[in-house]
Amino acid sequence: MTGLGVTAPNGLGIEDYWSATVRGRSGIGRITRFDPDRYPSRLAGEVVGFEARDHLPNRLLPQTDRMTRFALVAADWALADAGVCLEDLDDFDMGVITASSSGGFEFGQNELRALWSKGSQYVSAYQSFAWFYAVNSGQISIRNGMRGPSGVLVSDQAGGLDAVAQARRQIRKGSKLIVTGGVDGSICPWGWAAQLACGRLSASEEPDEAFLPFDRRARGHVSGEGGALLTLEPSDATREPGTRYGEIAGYASTFDPHPDSGRPPTLAKAIELALADAELSAEQIGVVFADAAAVPELDAVEAEAISTVFGPHGVPVTAPKTMTGRLYSGAGALDLVAALLSLRDGVLPPTTNVAPRLEYQLDLVTGSARPSAARAALVLARGHGGFNSAMVITAGDFRRTQ
Amino acid sequence: MTDEITLAVLKRTLREGAGADEAVDLDGDVLDVEFAELGYDSLAVLETAGRLSREYGIAMDDDATTAAKTPRQLLELANSSR
Repeated sequence: MTGLGVTAPNGLGIEDYWSATVRGRSGIGRITRFDPDRYPSRLAGEVVGFEARDHLPNRLLPQTDRMTRFALVAADWALADAGVCLEDLDDFDMGVITASSSGGFEFGQNELRALWSKGSQYVSAYQSFAWFYAVNSGQISIRNGMRGPSGVLVSDQAGGLDAVAQARRQIRKGSKLIVTGGVDGSICPWGWAAQLACGRLSASEEPDEAFLPFDRRARGHVSGEGGALLTLEPSDATREPGTRYGEIAGYASTFDPHPDSGRPPTLAKAIELALADAELSAEQIGVVFADAAAVPELDAVEAEAISTVFGPHGVPVTAPKTMTGRLYSGAGALDLVAALLSLRDGVLPPTTNVAPRLEYQLDLVTGSARPSAARAALVLARGHGGFNSAMVITAGDFRRTQ
Repeated sequence: MTDEITLAVLKRTLREGAGADEAVDLDGDVLDVEFAELGYDSLAVLETAGRLSREYGIAMDDDATTAAKTPRQLLELANSSR
């Protein structure tokens, strides 16, 4: 992983995001993008201060949803951060593999409104792709002339890790550069109706009490927008030392059996398989970035999986997404960024506002950031319906120092 | 019969529906410059034709629209559809 680009509710760009995250500064507040008065959930993690026209060509504005604009800019920032020269690479050696959970909902809402209030002649030709799950991959590919292996992974919140894993497969098959990760967001009335239907949005009106994973007061999550994109290159890339943040050491995904089947959930299995893929022991993992559903049953499953693999209070666990809300397909990628920067700076960002239930036996990083000597991290992401993904990353110097 | 659709109308409609490439001077002599050179792909031309159709109450065939490669050709098609 050689370049990072972030558009998050608590920061634009990696340094803004990271300094806010380490300090515990939240981006959660009352929804401003539409009037949430008549909705049962009124808080969200909105990206603020983002002017698309400051970053993107005018031609792209009429054809892009808000989340696609975030994605295009995050990709630009990741590529600039990586310092790659696209002209040096063959178009077919570069690809784009992103995750998506809902596509461009706000764009779609506007066009559906035009359809039903004025007629089909008023629907933009760009609706043909602007709503679509794969639109971020497509637009990044076109903007940067990347014609190699590309696609989209749709597995709700697990997708952010699944996409990066798919990017790793393509690098192993010979691609030289893949832009990967996830950027998501549907904070608009139509998107909100869909999210409310899942029954997991917190109804709290207090930004500091609304999203409390692993807490006795957990009552659902706050939704956010944004995410992160990363550049993935072969680990033998002939680049100067110090240009990589870290490596993907291991990955696994599992799918849960039906809750009524009597068989247990499979998150612990995903963790074990990811560690095996990384050829690392649990003791070598210095921090776990949790999925942090903030739904009591799901928190219990995750806490049990972590303590099964690492032992009670066996590893520092954190969930900085308490400052952004759950970003769906953007979450796993943003947590990868947080994990990489934790390894870089020797500090673990806090899980803000949370007092974990004692019976979970988690060593949760609460209050303020904690110093850390971690050289390897585990990132977890789960998607609605049973998706579990686990990714192990190691610092750029990991193999040499261990 | 509605008013003739002019190049000025076409340029306004292009800007509104599909934006404008910063590297292109749309106010220059563009009547016979291909849309591709002006930074517009076929979807941008379709979107523009859709907007002209509803504004002027005309029907422009999709295949004929995408066959129009320059502003002059698109204007001829639009005006012949009035």
